[in-house]
Amino acid sequence: MNSQARTQTRTQAGTRVRTRFSVGPAVVGAVIGAVTAVIVVGSWHVLLVLFSNHTAAPSLSAVAAVGALLGIWIRSPYLRSTTPQRTLRVLGSALLVTAGWLTATTLRPFGLSSVSGWGIIGTAIVWTVIAFTIHSIFRRVPVTDQIKSDLLYTSVSSLRAAGVLFFTVIAIFPFYFMVASSLKTRAALLQNPANLAIDFSQGIGHVLVGYVEVMTRFNFGRYILNSTFVALFTVIATLIPAILGAYAVTRLRFRGRELLSRSILLIYMFPAIVLVIPLYSVFSQLGLRNTLPGLLIVYPAMTIPVALYMLRSYFLTLPRDIEEAGLIDGCTRFEVIWRITLPLSIPALASVGLYVFMIAWNEFLFAFMFLDSPEIFTLSRGVVALNSQEVPRQFLMAGAVVITVPVMVLFFWFERFLTGGLAAGGVKG
Amino acid sequence: MGRKQYKGLAEREARLAILMLIPAFLIVFAIILFPVLLNFWISFKEVQLGDLRAPAPVAREQIVQRPRRAGDALILEYQLRNTSRQDPIENVRVTGTVPPGLKAAELPEPFRLEDRKLVARYDRWEPAFSQRVQLVFTADASFVDGPWLQSADMTFPAADGRSANRLFNFTFTGKNYRQVLSSTSFWPALATSFIYTTGGAIGAILLGLLAAQLLNTRFHGKSLMRGLLLFPYVAPVIAVAFTWSFLLDPFSGTFNALLVRFGVVSEGISFLSERTAAVSLFGFSFRIPLALSTVIAFDAWRYFPFSFLFILARLQAIPDALYESAEVDGATPYQKFFRITVPQLSGVLGTLFLLRFMWTFNKFDDVFLLTGGAAGTQTLPIQVYDYAFGRADIGAGAATAVMLFLFLAVFLIIYFRYTPEEEA
Repeated sequence: MNSQARTQTRTQAGTRVRTRFSVGPAVVGAVIGAVTAVIVVGSWHVLLVLFSNHTAAPSLSAVAAVGALLGIWIRSPYLRSTTPQRTLRVLGSALLVTAGWLTATTLRPFGLSSVSGWGIIGTAIVWTVIAFTIHSIFRRVPVTDQIKSDLLYTSVSSLRAAGVLFFTVIAIFPFYFMVASSLKTRAALLQNPANLAIDFSQGIGHVLVGYVEVMTRFNFGRYILNSTFVALFTVIATLIPAILGAYAVTRLRFRGRELLSRSILLIYMFPAIVLVIPLYSVFSQLGLRNTLPGLLIVYPAMTIPVALYMLRSYFLTLPRDIEEAGLIDGCTRFEVIWRITLPLSIPALASVGLYVFMIAWNEFLFAFMFLDSPEIFTLSRGVVALNSQEVPRQFLMAGAVVITVPVMVLFFWFERFLTGGLAAGGVKG
Repeated sequence: MGRKQYKGLAEREARLAILMLIPAFLIVFAIILFPVLLNFWISFKEVQLGDLRAPAPVAREQIVQRPRRAGDALILEYQLRNTSRQDPIENVRVTGTVPPGLKAAELPEPFRLEDRKLVARYDRWEPAFSQRVQLVFTADASFVDGPWLQSADMTFPAADGRSANRLFNFTFTGKNYRQVLSSTSFWPALATSFIYTTGGAIGAILLGLLAAQLLNTRFHGKSLMRGLLLFPYVAPVIAVAFTWSFLLDPFSGTFNALLVRFGVVSEGISFLSERTAAVSLFGFSFRIPLALSTVIAFDAWRYFPFSFLFILARLQAIPDALYESAEVDGATPYQKFFRITVPQLSGVLGTLFLLRFMWTFNKFDDVFLLTGGAAGTQTLPIQVYDYAFGRADIGAGAATAVMLFLFLAVFLIIYFRYTPEEEA
């Protein structure tokens, strides 16, 4: 797609800049303008409902009509030809529309019931966003007489804009909802479930009551420690055998090497649900079921195959020459691994380690099946325990935030390592 | 001689390799391969959840009467019980230690007091054996004046014996398979599994494809956007599943509240507890499986980042020259997408589909946390759980798991057959 952008600029530069007004681009501009305006005003309305107590009832036909005019104007050659001040002019037209809109609605835009500063500022923001969205949709599209190709390119960029909006919403909204409902009382949620604004008027202690309760009464401090311990132990207990195994598979010759390499991945595909019954049975009889050591045996076993597979892929990319030089200089195999292979693999080790941490931290099934005593609960198991009629939903959501935040922070911090690893290994999910 | 030396080296290398592979192999064998085999074993046995605890002899003591003065009787009642209702216990030995200052007055058979040790031996306790026996002792002055008089426990009874383990005996039965395959819920669950799996896999791949296409250009905030898009995938399932179920709640869920507010529906929809919903489109009215569709949507949402990363990596490897020459030939963006991008991605899309298909087929957590398998969302993994832990029938659960595993084996064969080594 990079190439496409480049070639488009080239076409744009090559095309004669048109100054004559023509119908085709105007129609396209009107359609895109109307749709954009309706989507933006609709989103603004949703935001208004979610975060304020104002009621609005925008007239979508009026919005569409004005949006269409704005689209025609931004699409028109008059605005395109004045390249240096284009941005300023787009902003100017947006503000002009805002002024007109406010006058026409006597300062109560979009059916707002009262005059307020937020209504006025909101209107300005809405129309500015509309204008610049239309502008950015048309920016890379060459103006031609052919309505067909015009529609084609415009539809691509408007779909792109819609896509960005869509994916941003689906990635952020559920998590915002999680945080917001952990900060709101049950009464407030039931009274107006559509409102997700957080009410700070009764003090920060009132807002954070869910977290305080979860950490004190429900002992989540303990669960955080348990989960951290289990996850860190799993990382170490996975990395050591996986490093040794991956080294053996990539560097040493032995019979059945190929078969082994392939079966690693095969084993990784084995479903946890098939393992639950036998492990539950055997662990019950061995007295390992309701214990942390039980989990500490199961988790590394789940992660060793994928860790081995990812490290194997990485070791294959490392040059053998340095290691062979080390061997010739008289290092033992383990010295070579310790002094040469491992220092070269730090990025891969970080990525695999983070992954394993994440898998162990998030694991639900075995924690749920194995752990009965509250003092050894991991966070997953602790959150399940909050899911009861007697516990307010606010507390459960606070627990959910507590388990989610560390993983998110870790992940954001090391995102670069992870994305590469995710694609390379394909963590089971 | 050189050859011989080389052979020695090769042997040493092979031995070292095996040594280095042993830790990984042992753990994986013990926790993955052995349990899979054991699952087959269990599926041929009649085992209930309660049978997992081996039958144990239990002896408990109750003080019926304490002595007042020397010469009075101390009366204890022993409650003897076999915890199993199916299996006998053999060679049972009940033991206790009698406090000083007590003499046996009246002991039932087969109790004996030797010095201060109380012992009773039984050949066999039948299943569900339960018996109360009274032991009478005479107390002397030292007992009445001593600290034991008011003690809450007197003899600290213990019992041991030999019992057969139901899990590891050699009686087998095909009953579990007959039960599972003839039940009315197996085939519907299999069908649900296939719909859920196919829908979830395709949904996740389509969303991933769109996201990858969107992010395969340069724009401001691209890396931020990429980070955001991975959120659903890295967040713990337990947190996002509860979030979705609250968000979609018909009475207090924000999503339904918004739908009602904007007039899309007149009252909240029970997305996760309604089996079907009527939808009318272009004048046609039909019913869709509502809860199942919601669960599929959840899966598509949660797992699209995975396909997104996979596809994005592949997209970036498509040579620019292909697009440039298409451009010269006057191809439209859609033509470029369908004629260049999609064919170039076909390999990775196929692999992804198989991977997602296999993983979704086994997926338990998501459905379990969202609906618990109710409202037409009972997939095979949920059924495994339902049999084994809901109805406490471990054997039937294992038999269902075996069926699931057989289907999976077919997919695995296809996967390893048709994906090239470097993509597998």
